[in-house]
Amino acid sequence: MESILHFFYTNKEAIFIIALTIFLGLEVISNVPSVLHTPLMSGANAISGVIIIGGIILVGHADLSNLSDGGHLANLILGIFALLFGTLNVIGGFVVTDRMLEMFKKKKK
Amino acid sequence: MEPLFENITNGDIILEFSYLLSAIFFVVGLKLLSHPETARRGNLWAAGGMLLAMVTTMVLHRDGGGSKIQTGNLAIILAAIALGGVVGAIIARRIKMTAMPQLVSFFNATGGAASALVALIEFSNPDNQSALVTLLGLVIGSIAFSGSMIAYGKLDGKVKDIFARWMTYVNLLILAGILFLLFYVLFGQMPPETKQILVYLLLAVSLVYGVSFVMPIGGADMPVVISLLNSLTGIAAAMAGFIYQNQAMILGGIFVGAAGMILTLLMCKAMNRSLINVIVGAFGGGAAGVDKEKGTVKEVSVNDAAVMLYYSSKVVIVPGYGLAVAQAQHVCNEMVKLLEANGVEVKFAIHPVAGRMPGHMNVLLAEADVSYDKLVEMDEINPQLPDTDVVLVIGANDVVNPAAEDDPSSPIYGMPIIRTHTAKNIIVMKRGMGKGYAAIENYLFFDDKTRMLFGNAKDSLQKLVTEIKNL
Repeated sequence: MESILHFFYTNKEAIFIIALTIFLGLEVISNVPSVLHTPLMSGANAISGVIIIGGIILVGHADLSNLSDGGHLANLILGIFALLFGTLNVIGGFVVTDRMLEMFKKKKK
Repeated sequence: MEPLFENITNGDIILEFSYLLSAIFFVVGLKLLSHPETARRGNLWAAGGMLLAMVTTMVLHRDGGGSKIQTGNLAIILAAIALGGVVGAIIARRIKMTAMPQLVSFFNATGGAASALVALIEFSNPDNQSALVTLLGLVIGSIAFSGSMIAYGKLDGKVKDIFARWMTYVNLLILAGILFLLFYVLFGQMPPETKQILVYLLLAVSLVYGVSFVMPIGGADMPVVISLLNSLTGIAAAMAGFIYQNQAMILGGIFVGAAGMILTLLMCKAMNRSLINVIVGAFGGGAAGVDKEKGTVKEVSVNDAAVMLYYSSKVVIVPGYGLAVAQAQHVCNEMVKLLEANGVEVKFAIHPVAGRMPGHMNVLLAEADVSYDKLVEMDEINPQLPDTDVVLVIGANDVVNPAAEDDPSSPIYGMPIIRTHTAKNIIVMKRGMGKGYAAIENYLFFDDKTRMLFGNAKDSLQKLVTEIKNL
């Protein structure tokens, strides 16, 4: 229990922001025509690939001089996989969303 | 300029500022994405925000000891991004439009996997003080990963629905197990080795839960599940953001999580069901419904159908998944053009959950060059149907089933439908007399005004086009 309270206190700004972001998310999405549900879902999916930043930090600060240690090497490899997956999510997600929307554009002339 | 604070470089400040910009780009991007005219620009905004955050992180991020990312590490990062980027772009470019829902689900799985991996690695990092969010990221990311993979398999026809009452209880049990393990790892006293093993166990159980949670959910509810899993991936990314105190990750993740959640609820609303009902009470094929007087099914020849359509003044087409699987959208538009050349007014009635994803039909028809303004949403088209001469239902079933309105025992009772049974004539194109995705009898097919045109949608439309040309 104490660690939860501690977590709340140390992250209070972030938690404030989160509470407001949730409302922002609700506000931005409501009143979307169902035509756009799929591209929107796909676009949001690409944004959730922001985990890629975590992958960059992880691999970026991995200690490359100490790889003979099995644990370090395993972590580096897992980190590279996280980065690969994250990139797939981000690049694939944005490209596929653009492809869906390209079609709407063509007809809107 | 001199540094403002001790131990904080200008680079750190620029980095945080770039995260703020990225977060704003995400919000503006998603806002623009929700209007047809600006949608494409919105996607670019969001992508721009992501690129900005990635580049500034690579150049400016410093670890706890104050050192920046070294050249060797940067090379690995760039190589991984290049590889992932090329593969992702190729898959995204080459995929058929009909396979779009699977692909979104697959990309969502990769995002979940990335979050779970980051959390797994960070848990063993002694500098990491936030065990709670790390474990939450691990659990949520794993569920999103395995759940999305199953959703992908189902949409791709590789995984079949399995549903039994007891699965609901098993799922609740697994969920309770996850919560117990989570608290035990957080608060229990144990040597680090034991803790590490329990974390692997937690990972395994979460993966199993993702599978068992999506497994019993019927295909018709898949859009809702994908949207929900999408929301989970966002939350998992935000949890990982907490580990690094990274504002771009926290904001982006939570924002997507909230947006995904509201999208999920909007979809549930379109089907007039609650989220709980979708998750727990998967459509049992067993709900028999009242045995009404069925009447007989009346077939129509291609020739007669062509004549009916060609000499109408108003035709409404209701496309469904059958149109998508048969890849018939192009032929369909060809027929529409022929009809319009004869002065027939043609519109498409789009049910919010037609196809395998909301808006799926719009994307497919847009691909076939069907003009955007011909696509009419359900609420708008329903009042126009009574003075529509012919409604042509192509491979849609449950979304036009009148049982949703007049049979309280039907599992889809209460779901808003396209009221095709109010039109003057109905032609239903269907492969056979099989039941729809929800496995419910459709009384529309037995209606006196209904004529059935059996066969693969593409073949039938092709024949119709030929016939119409000969008229």
